[in-house]
Amino acid sequence: MSAQYYVSPEQLMKDRADFARKGIARGRAVIVASCADGIALIAENPSGSLHKIGEIYDRIAFAAVGKYNEFESLRQAGVRYADTRGYSYARQDVTGRGLASVYAQSLGAVFTAEAKPFEVELAVLELGDTPGQDTLFSLNFDGSIAEQPGLIIMGGDTPALRAAWSVAWGEKSLPAASSAEVIRAAATVLPGVVEGSNGAPLLEVAILERVSFMGTHRHFRRLETETIASILTSGE
Amino acid sequence: MIRLGPGPSFLEYLNSDRPDLLPHTTAPAIDVPHATTIVAMTYTDGIVMAGDRRATMGNVIASRHIEKVFETDRYSVVGIAGAAGLAIDIAKLFQVELEHYEKIEGTLLSLEGKANRLASMIRSNLAMAMQGMSVVPLFAGYDTAEAKGRLFSFDITGGLYEEVEHHSIGSGSVFARGALKKLWKKSMAADQAIRVAVEALFDAADDDSATGGPDMVRKLWPVVYTVDATGAHRVPKENLEAIALEIIAERTAEGKEA
Repeated sequence: MSAQYYVSPEQLMKDRADFARKGIARGRAVIVASCADGIALIAENPSGSLHKIGEIYDRIAFAAVGKYNEFESLRQAGVRYADTRGYSYARQDVTGRGLASVYAQSLGAVFTAEAKPFEVELAVLELGDTPGQDTLFSLNFDGSIAEQPGLIIMGGDTPALRAAWSVAWGEKSLPAASSAEVIRAAATVLPGVVEGSNGAPLLEVAILERVSFMGTHRHFRRLETETIASILTSGE
Repeated sequence: MIRLGPGPSFLEYLNSDRPDLLPHTTAPAIDVPHATTIVAMTYTDGIVMAGDRRATMGNVIASRHIEKVFETDRYSVVGIAGAAGLAIDIAKLFQVELEHYEKIEGTLLSLEGKANRLASMIRSNLAMAMQGMSVVPLFAGYDTAEAKGRLFSFDITGGLYEEVEHHSIGSGSVFARGALKKLWKKSMAADQAIRVAVEALFDAADDDSATGGPDMVRKLWPVVYTVDATGAHRVPKENLEAIALEIIAERTAEGKEA
């Protein structure tokens, strides 16, 4: 019979948290900012098909860093949750808060009960009528959830990215800025993105637009590489 | 063996996890509101689909305002005839099915893929159709791969048939079809096709009591959608009013009685 060693709960949780943190820090970063014309989601992602940013519902978007298979299954579960809610109640009854709390519960359950915690960090964004009404939730691997005022930076070397962002952005007001300005600033902050239009293929960008592009109920728009390139080169 | 998740289909997800939410009724053959005539046709840039505004329950007009043509996604529309409540539920579920697929997969379904999904929904309704609760849709859209508009009709067993030029369904469809045979021309522009659709519905309403004609008192006009390379667009009420009034004026001037 193998002997069971005693491990204190504190040590167990700390080990799991360290493990998850390491996994997340290895990945590339995502920046989300609420600005005048919508919520801009910018990820450093050289892949054009494996997305880190996704549409969940009319005014709700999702961004993640960490292990692709883990956050992809969470994204799909989120789409199922939102579509089922919207179908059985009404479209306006699908809220970012509801979705974020379901994510928090499942992340928390996996962190304590499963063999290995999810190595992911998520952002659930809900678009309001004005930047002040936008809600940005950040969720951690252990299920802890926080509402962030206007800006989320996650993944990679987060403290260094935060410092780089405050240098690049300065004292400007985010709610007054356009999404194009935010995208240009984010491109300079994300470490792997080269300057100018050559940086566009290395970026994945989407906007939850305050005025929907297609004039429909869906406000999420993924930007094409050409569009990103023209944003990066304009205003320089 | 790895067990795969429910995949990109919202319908299959509901079937496995939430069957209580599926459009369903255990009611025996009872009198429920029925939706009636839908016409659709191709034109140079895409397709036009139009539906009248009446739902009937036996000899009673159940609704004058019902809308039976729905935009299902950016490039497709569906028109429904049959048991109205069930049909609207199926159209609503179909809208979610397409949007769900697009969000999960990150790409739009092909037009044929959409038609096949709708066919399987109609097939799963067969038991209810046997009790008189049949739902028969007409599906049309712009095929971005082939760069043209296409029409698909269905039967209650889920049979899927591609139609050419034009098609109509519902109780007034025989009369609308007669009108379409005379009015439809090759290479029509959008405004011509819209007029033909409104006129075909006018003829259907003339001979079928379950199809509503233009309502001058309440200012009710058919619901008309066009779908082309730029997407699905609902034709504004003002345009439809002008067309309906024009048709009425022409017919009045002709003074034919039958």
